[in-house]
Amino acid sequence: MIEVEDIYFTYPNGIEALKGISLTIKNGEFVAIMGQNGAGKTTLVKHFNGLLKPTKGKVLVDGVETTKVSVATLARKVGFVFQNPDHQLFSETVEDEITFALKNFGFKETVIKKRVSWALNLLGLTQYRKTSPFMLSGGERKRVALASVLAWDPKILILDEPTIGQDYQQKEKLRQFILQLKAQRKTIIIVTHDVEFVAECNPRVILMREGKIVADGEASKILTTPEVLNQAFIVPPQIAQIFFQLSDLGFPRDIIDIYEAREILLKAIRRKTM
Amino acid sequence: MSVFDGLKFRRVYSPIHNLDPRIKFIYVCAIFVIAIMFGELLPLVVLFLIQIPFVLLAGVKREWIRSMRGAAFLATIIFLTNFVFAYLGARGIGQSLENAVAMTLRFIVLIESFSIFFLTTSPDHLGLALEQTHVPYEFTFAFTTAVRFVPVLAEEAQTIMDAQKARGLELERGNFLKRIRNYIPILIPLIVSAIRRSLELAEAMESRAWGATKKRTNLYVLKMHKGDFILAAMTIGILAVAIYIRLYLPIPSINQLLTGIN
Ligand SMILES: Nc1ncnc2c1ncn2[C@@H]1O[C@H](COP(=O)(O)OP(=O)(O)O)[C@@H](O)[C@H]1O
Ligand SMILES: [Mg+2]
Repeated sequence: MIEVEDIYFTYPNGIEALKGISLTIKNGEFVAIMGQNGAGKTTLVKHFNGLLKPTKGKVLVDGVETTKVSVATLARKVGFVFQNPDHQLFSETVEDEITFALKNFGFKETVIKKRVSWALNLLGLTQYRKTSPFMLSGGERKRVALASVLAWDPKILILDEPTIGQDYQQKEKLRQFILQLKAQRKTIIIVTHDVEFVAECNPRVILMREGKIVADGEASKILTTPEVLNQAFIVPPQIAQIFFQLSDLGFPRDIIDIYEAREILLKAIRRKTM
Repeated sequence: MSVFDGLKFRRVYSPIHNLDPRIKFIYVCAIFVIAIMFGELLPLVVLFLIQIPFVLLAGVKREWIRSMRGAAFLATIIFLTNFVFAYLGARGIGQSLENAVAMTLRFIVLIESFSIFFLTTSPDHLGLALEQTHVPYEFTFAFTTAVRFVPVLAEEAQTIMDAQKARGLELERGNFLKRIRNYIPILIPLIVSAIRRSLELAEAMESRAWGATKKRTNLYVLKMHKGDFILAAMTIGILAVAIYIRLYLPIPSINQLLTGIN
């Protein structure tokens, strides 16, 4: 569980990136943190594994204040996949890349072997075991980065902008993957401004603007409230836009799910034709 | 990192920022030469104080103080070595102290003037100045690009460090050798992404006709203004006074002045 109590954060250059944030993320929750570039999303999530410590206020992970323990200790519990995989890949082979963190955390040799195979398999990277990560495509490098974090099986997983630079199919795989982790009761926090992706995942949405939270709630509520979205400079997902325009015909306004939309439209068509 | 902070340019407008970088550079060199000319404390104090109006006029006080703080460590070392050796060389405490302070101040004056120069001169301006003094454009470009990418690289290094810490890397762990090895996961991504970026930059430049003509034209051309002439005159003045003092006037040490008063 992550508890954030009224935190402020100012970078050394004087930029105040967080201005009074409070929130609680329970175990097993799936949260999307959204907002335009520079809203402070990355700054906020870097507080969850102790990379940044609040200038004021406190952050507790499972009841322990982040200022009291090292990043390495927290990282064991809180996995963080950075936006750009090139900022972390350095090993000769994909296998070594995944081994790196496991060694840092002091896993036993036999356990490491098992975990590496497991993670490679999970992300469909087994055929690249002995390949240099630098030879892989962008999407594959992103998967290696993800595998290298999942390998130690953290109970909380933070993904910073996981959909950037991914094609539709990769995004769909990622979505399936996240849902699978969610089914295993992992806590998942994604940082993104990809509304379509969030609409398809339907997580709890936390909307940020200029270092503050402007809304917090279900995706279907927040992504269909234009006033709130405008504040955070986000455009509603396409399905929501269609239903806005149909709302004067008596259609509901809070639809973001394809299947739900289909049901409603089918019902309307049947009523017309009968 | 904090020493570099003192060299990081921030775009603001001030009389000092608008000066011709060539004249500013000559001024900095003059101060440099004078600082080398004098080993006595008194003139170095004057030299140190002369620059403070520049800092205030340019409005870069905060950055300047930060770079001074960054230089503090080296300054301490210079002070201690000078003091210890002068003292061992059987000079009195007072004189050794004065000598050590003078040497430290000389170092600080050098840092101070270069810091003022880099804090108030944009890389573009500097490139322009180099170009107009007929340095080949390839060199000018390489130089300005390098200067411009220093802060970008510093930021990237920070992100990489964060990414590896998030994977359980502890930089401060282990013996000396292990600690050096700890930096491999940071250096490799940094170098790889710098190379990748430079290749991308080269492609982007070539697709925008880099080097298509030998004679480039510039949108902005450096011209000397009133302020530049004033600074040039000041530079010559200060240099002349300094040379005169060096050649013809005895410089009292602070110790002598103090005992004179008593
Ligand atoms: N390392 C840093 N040093 C100084 N300022 C930073 C740094 N990282 C981010 N910022 C600033 O903090 C603000 C929030 O940035 P960030 O958290 O990266 O936003 P987001 O992830 O929502 O795009 C921005 O104004 C950004 O310029
Ligand atoms: Mg970000």
